[in-house]
Amino acid sequence: MSAPTLEVRNLETHFLTRDGVVKAVDGVSFQVGAGEILGLVGESGSGKSITGFSILGLVDAPGRIAGGEILFQGRDLVPLPERERRKLRGSKIAMIFQDPMMTLNPVLRIDTQMTEAVRAHRDVSKARALEIAREALVKVGIASPDERLASYPHQFSGGMRQRVAIAIAFLNEPELIIADEPTTALDVTIQGQILHEAQTLCRETGTAMIWITHDLAVVAGLADHICVMYAGRVVEQGPIDAVLDQPAHPYTVGLIGSVPSRNRRGGRLFQIPGMTPSLLNLQPGCAFRSRCPRADAACLDEPPVHAASQGRQVRCAHPHDQPLETVLQSSAGGQEASL
Amino acid sequence: MTDTLKATETRATHLRPGWRTTPAARFAAEFAESPLAVAALLLTLTLALLALFANFITPQNPYDLAQLDIMEGMQPPGSTSFDGAMTYHLGTDEQGRDMLSAIVFGLRMSLGVGAMSTVIALSIGMSIGVLAAYFGGRVDAVIMRVVDLQLSFPAILVALILLAVLGKGVDKVIFALIIVQWAYYARTVRGTALVERRKEYIEAASCLALSHRRIVLRHLLPNCLPPLIVVATVQIANAIALEATLSFLGVGVPITEPSLGLLIANGYDYMLSGKYWISFFPGVALLITIVAINLVGDQLRDVMNPRLKR
Amino acid sequence: MSAGLQAGGLQSSDAEAPAERRPILHAEGVSKRFVKRLDFAGRIAQRLGSSIREETVHAVDGVDLTVGAGEVVGLVGESGCGKSTFGRMVAGILPPSAGTLAFDGKPVWRNGRVAGHDTALAIQMIFQDPFASLDPRMRVEEIIGEAPQVHGLVPRGEVADYVAEVMLRVGLDPDFRRRYPHQFSGGQRQRIGIARALAVKPRFLVCDEAIAALDVSIQAQVINLFMDLRRDLDLTYLFISHDLSVVEHIADRVVIMYLGRVVEIATTEDIFDAPNHPYTQALLSEVPRIELRKRRYQPVKGEIPSPLDPPPGCHFHPRCPHASERCRIERPALREIAPGRWSACHLND
Repeated sequence: MSAPTLEVRNLETHFLTRDGVVKAVDGVSFQVGAGEILGLVGESGSGKSITGFSILGLVDAPGRIAGGEILFQGRDLVPLPERERRKLRGSKIAMIFQDPMMTLNPVLRIDTQMTEAVRAHRDVSKARALEIAREALVKVGIASPDERLASYPHQFSGGMRQRVAIAIAFLNEPELIIADEPTTALDVTIQGQILHEAQTLCRETGTAMIWITHDLAVVAGLADHICVMYAGRVVEQGPIDAVLDQPAHPYTVGLIGSVPSRNRRGGRLFQIPGMTPSLLNLQPGCAFRSRCPRADAACLDEPPVHAASQGRQVRCAHPHDQPLETVLQSSAGGQEASL
Repeated sequence: MTDTLKATETRATHLRPGWRTTPAARFAAEFAESPLAVAALLLTLTLALLALFANFITPQNPYDLAQLDIMEGMQPPGSTSFDGAMTYHLGTDEQGRDMLSAIVFGLRMSLGVGAMSTVIALSIGMSIGVLAAYFGGRVDAVIMRVVDLQLSFPAILVALILLAVLGKGVDKVIFALIIVQWAYYARTVRGTALVERRKEYIEAASCLALSHRRIVLRHLLPNCLPPLIVVATVQIANAIALEATLSFLGVGVPITEPSLGLLIANGYDYMLSGKYWISFFPGVALLITIVAINLVGDQLRDVMNPRLKR
Repeated sequence: MSAGLQAGGLQSSDAEAPAERRPILHAEGVSKRFVKRLDFAGRIAQRLGSSIREETVHAVDGVDLTVGAGEVVGLVGESGCGKSTFGRMVAGILPPSAGTLAFDGKPVWRNGRVAGHDTALAIQMIFQDPFASLDPRMRVEEIIGEAPQVHGLVPRGEVADYVAEVMLRVGLDPDFRRRYPHQFSGGQRQRIGIARALAVKPRFLVCDEAIAALDVSIQAQVINLFMDLRRDLDLTYLFISHDLSVVEHIADRVVIMYLGRVVEIATTEDIFDAPNHPYTQALLSEVPRIELRKRRYQPVKGEIPSPLDPPPGCHFHPRCPHASERCRIERPALREIAPGRWSACHLND
């Protein structure tokens, strides 16, 4: 099996704030191969976005990468000087943000921005760069690309802007794309279009993609593998079908279980009690234990990582090992009873 | 059900221990992050205190003509009086006034005029701006045209014309400064109020059938204050500078109760003949005052910005 | 069309057919137009022959809807469909430009103001943004207790106890009553917003994307809270959301809107099992679902048109796979195609 495009090992990104250390990313490991889509799933405060930023070296003070390795095509990005990182950003590794206006400059025309992005990394003429830009727009499904090239970002709708941002990401044929919640702010019908484009492009070009989101349903339709994050750690990862059909970590079970479509219509939703803990000065041991129905004294220590076949991993002292339906039935019974 | 929730909801996130819970306390803590600003704030407060207690701390009351002796005039800094009773640390002016005393009293006049005109202009401008933003439509249009008109004239020009018409006097100076400044506050508040008005907590208040008066006074105004405080702080400095300019030009405060600007004007003619201290020291005092206030205003503005992200 | 979105069998909750419920809210021909008038310079330009004109946005364009007491009606649509605007007209925040809104038989609006104190308090709104919907300068007890106190719903001495009671009902610890909003998480702030609405003893709640800004695991908690409150306090909901899976779970009936117009109304089962309007069909096929893995998306083509310049005739025709010449010219009327089912499409003729 060929080496993965990206391998993250024990990544740690810490923020030193006035009130203490926030371990936004606390020992995260995963890998993505060429042409594969990895879904990085978590709620707010899980550290998924910071993980994405860390890979690209976009973490600003008071945050910094405190440990671990980010192996991009075998090369560790962590000790790389900014000069080298800049060569990779936008060419080999690209990012798509939730807000397309983070990619697009509001005062420049689209063609200016795109040709700039091309010529920053490749030695081509302006005409050739414009051609590349035009092709990229067509590939993301934009009709009448010449008209769009001559426009400014404010003349587009949100969905169109995001499509342009994706086109820019694919411009220099990157090996890896990190997409941070790109469709969260978009309408359902537009989201469908974007997901379609992203998926097609990845398959065609063999680009590896990390899709960061909180929406399990989006990940289900898109990704090959999934990584579930909670409080800065990966609590479960593996092939998408394995994890979604038979989740082992109680948090994953709770997350899937609380999706309304999985519950009896009109009945009480399965819910995870409590709230995400503050990441400030987090206690040792399992961060989920205050909300977990299976927690006990063993969870005060660092939970062990169980590794199964095919890259399946769970970080838990008491993982589930039954099909999801069974687990939900018994848990739901407990929840109803406490009413 | 409630008990389960209660047990797990007992912790509010973001909670910092101790005193920093009220918005005011949080604000103070953030302000204190810049030592320079804290120093400037202390300096400003010291100056204000000096000005307030001027009568008690100065060696001489420069407004009391009986205490002045024209024979003592033009003494350089460090010299002693004829009868040896006091030392003129900063020299005397042409009328025999001790410069140190004159500066402290001048500071009181400058700060007093600046602060009073700012406070009154702030109140008027704030009320008008909030009403314009809240009611919108034609009310807003009319008020804003008046504001625009007012602001299109240079402040000094308007003040000069007003004082030429009204004559000299401290109250007239304050009046002129108010007329010149209120529009600026009105516009600033209107901008903030327009943003706040769209926010959902104002919509909620109207949904709860609260009266207009209550919404404006209890919800809208308190949330429009923060940017205003920043503007007002810097504007005090501007008002002081403007008053100094007016006094320098001779249309400001009367000679018998000089402000720093007037003191500078008095000594202006002697600058080149070696008796620098009559203008110089009041000038330095004015400079320090304005810089200190501006530094405080700068930090206030910086603290405001990240707060918007909360 | 779809294989059913539920994993465990289809069961509706307190299933009463809408016809058996007493109507509590009645909207007829309700419209809202936002006109951007030309200023002085613009009018001069127009006189001189410029093509500049007044821009009118028909945010809501003739909505007819009846909500029965105790019902949960889901109002679904994408950006620009007017659902939030409609919600605000119902809640007494925005006056309609045309049409009538009646609550319990009495008109909600009169002369651009809410008619009657009781009506105003009976319909309350829960807002989307847990950060912007609470006054940052007020303590929780003030936020919740203000309206009941001002309106004299609770005697002065009993306000503190009343606030504590309301807080408990929404799952907040009354010990927190002197804290400020910024000290709470998003989910807790949303509960404070709900408590504020409940404190005036409403009968009708308009939830405007009330859970959209919350984390998934918190959403489940708040949805459960809504359902408990409905049962305990006999409330009626207009639940505005773009999230179809939530609407499917909680609503009895669903109203689909597109660019200011209602395109379909039906019971939840009917909408999700057999959507009639092409837009509803497109919407449902686009929704990502956790059971569908590695799906091939077949998205509906085209952008959502700008409300400033909506397509003539049927607003959806540029994107509709079944559009005909008639659709380009004539606006389809909302007609009852089956008992309790309404659809605005020429294909039903």
